[in-house]
Amino acid sequence: MGCRRIYYYLICVVKGDKVLNDTAYRFFSPEVAAAKTHKSDVIPLLQKVQVENGFVPVEAIHEISDITGAAESDIYSVVTFYKQFRLKAPGKYLIKVCDGTACHVNDSMLLLDVIREELKVDESNDTTDDGLFTVETVACLGCCSIGPVLFLNEDVHGKLTAQSVRKLLKEYRRKAQN
Amino acid sequence: MATCGVSAGAEKILGKLKGLAGSSTAVSVSATGCIGMCYREPLVEVSDGNSVFLYGDVTEERAEKIFASHVNDNKSVDEWVIVKDHASGEEFDYLKKQVKIVLRNCGVIDPDSLDEYINRDGYKAIKKILAGMTSEQVIEMMLASGLRGRGGGGFPTGLKWKFASQSKGPKKYVICNADEGDPGAFMDRSVLEGDPHSVIEGMMICGYAIGASEGYIYCRAEYPMAVRRLQQSIAILEQKGMLGDNIFSSGFSFRLTVKEGAGAFVCGEETALMSSIEGKRGTPKVRPPYPAVKGLFGKPTNINNVETFASVPWIILNGPEKYAAYGTEKSKGTKVFAIAGKARKAGLVEVPMGITINEIVNDICGGIKGGKKFKGVQMGGPSGGCIPAALAGTRIDYEEITKLGAIMGSGGMIVVDEDTCMVELARFFLAFTQNESCGKCTACRIGTLRMLEILERIVAGKGTEEDIPKLEELAQYIGKASSCGLGVTAPNPVLTTLKYFRDEYMAHIRDHVCPAHSCAALVKFVINPDACTGCTLCARGCPTKAISGEVKKPHVVDEAKCVKCGKCFTVCNFNAIRKD
Repeated sequence: MGCRRIYYYLICVVKGDKVLNDTAYRFFSPEVAAAKTHKSDVIPLLQKVQVENGFVPVEAIHEISDITGAAESDIYSVVTFYKQFRLKAPGKYLIKVCDGTACHVNDSMLLLDVIREELKVDESNDTTDDGLFTVETVACLGCCSIGPVLFLNEDVHGKLTAQSVRKLLKEYRRKAQN
Repeated sequence: MATCGVSAGAEKILGKLKGLAGSSTAVSVSATGCIGMCYREPLVEVSDGNSVFLYGDVTEERAEKIFASHVNDNKSVDEWVIVKDHASGEEFDYLKKQVKIVLRNCGVIDPDSLDEYINRDGYKAIKKILAGMTSEQVIEMMLASGLRGRGGGGFPTGLKWKFASQSKGPKKYVICNADEGDPGAFMDRSVLEGDPHSVIEGMMICGYAIGASEGYIYCRAEYPMAVRRLQQSIAILEQKGMLGDNIFSSGFSFRLTVKEGAGAFVCGEETALMSSIEGKRGTPKVRPPYPAVKGLFGKPTNINNVETFASVPWIILNGPEKYAAYGTEKSKGTKVFAIAGKARKAGLVEVPMGITINEIVNDICGGIKGGKKFKGVQMGGPSGGCIPAALAGTRIDYEEITKLGAIMGSGGMIVVDEDTCMVELARFFLAFTQNESCGKCTACRIGTLRMLEILERIVAGKGTEEDIPKLEELAQYIGKASSCGLGVTAPNPVLTTLKYFRDEYMAHIRDHVCPAHSCAALVKFVINPDACTGCTLCARGCPTKAISGEVKKPHVVDEAKCVKCGKCFTVCNFNAIRKD
């Protein structure tokens, strides 16, 4: 926690300048920028950027600060608090392995190890070198009766085994090559 | 067509059946929500005018045959029918003891159809109230029903509404907590995906009762289908004037907005949830003041769980006495449980309070998969506790469960068997709460980390006798010095497993053995010579070359070289490797 605090303080000191003087925002239409001006709109605006880009670029934080009046450091503290937001671009395929209780007792962590080993990624370096896959864990997808489960982008895959997971990765690799 | 039905293949089957039906006016094909029988998905129900047949494990090929035989030829394919007329069939045992109040429309109506909801008494309750009941009368009904908060707190709903209604001020809020953060819980998801209007109607009734004209549904982002259904349902209601100003010409106005969670378990806590809606970090606030006095944006707010709101219209229409006729003296009505883990039949069940845990696990869910030994259930998620099989005769009742050291929780019930290590389960929950701690309170932020370190050492076979009293002391400290439910209850899984499964802890510490053969550091990987085909896959992948053997001959693991990474276990296609 201590390290995190120092880090975000440095970010606001270094990038303290406001980016925008006119209303040509890169991430938001003029209609959205005009409508979502309350501080409570920070999270929905961040979510819009996250969904459309797969992560939250720093420029988007500047724009949201401009639109809502919330301090950039406060917005940054929100981004780092919630798991939904990423500051780095993900791979083409975002794999979310469920580690909820039901999936956990059905050996989801074994599958995570299999996936990480196949793709040669780990907890700190979660994206493959070719930018194809990013692997994360997620607390619970609510599909407990078909566990263990993973989300691959929007698709849910359940009742997984080590073999079926390897097959899935091969399938998506092939898809990406075509 | 709930999320798990779709992932089981229901969408393709729906497409196939719609294609086969074509433009025929004699056949109507529609989608529905969760029937609760997740273990036999995909499910298709066929009503032929005489009877209702529920088909299970449907594939696209079977769907074609069912259409040809049952729909075109009026001959049901009996070998695939699992329930007939909701009254008989091989899976009727699963339904027999259930009472569907919250789930009354799930699996019955098309959740995207407002008309189908209205045809099943939808929006009749709010109409009845707006036609001439006072807010006091509504609150009296809620008090008389005995409904208690289904999110896990179990606080009397009528009393909560009364406090909010007594707060002064022109601006009040209703919030539905649809964050459902407990891993292993999917009750709320099923209601939101299968019958979103029941929740919306419950919120409208609450708004009328407490004097609020605005509401929020805070739904976790990991439920994209639920979010979409809620937004679409609200849009339809706004178009029809059933949300907005002057609803049903009564003078009552009510508006709803859906806010998505952003992936923080602590935002299931009511004050953290409100901080999140306000656009801030989800850090809980000290109470009092309670939300009913000072909540969202500083205004009086009533916040309830999805299941609680979904029960409200039924209570208003059928009368609180009918609701209170179910259950025990202090725990009235029904409760939805999401059964997962090692039960043979995992899925969603709604049972009257007072039923025993044994009845749920054995009578409804068919006991344990693979004939293994039932060890216990974990209830209440990371805030809850483990109840051993020996105490499974306990009734589902708020106070009876609390007496055992566990909590009712939101309804997640994980069934564990002889292969589940209870120490590892406690470690898992603590790792979860440690990760999700907002960090404000030292006791929670650092206390859970210290407890987790001890548990990790025990699971790795490096525990000492002093670890147990240390865990217990930390648990007391964290419970007393945390300012929100997450911290206060974080030690619960450890405390209950220490209480009921102490022998497993001692086996890990004294004997360096994991009785469930689960903890990798304490098991031996052994190749069964009868199952091994000598394919050499495991030997080739072993990082320390600990496996040897000739091609097409049984292989052997050299224990001295084995680092227990478990890779061989994951690659074997013949189930020839076991953990001893």
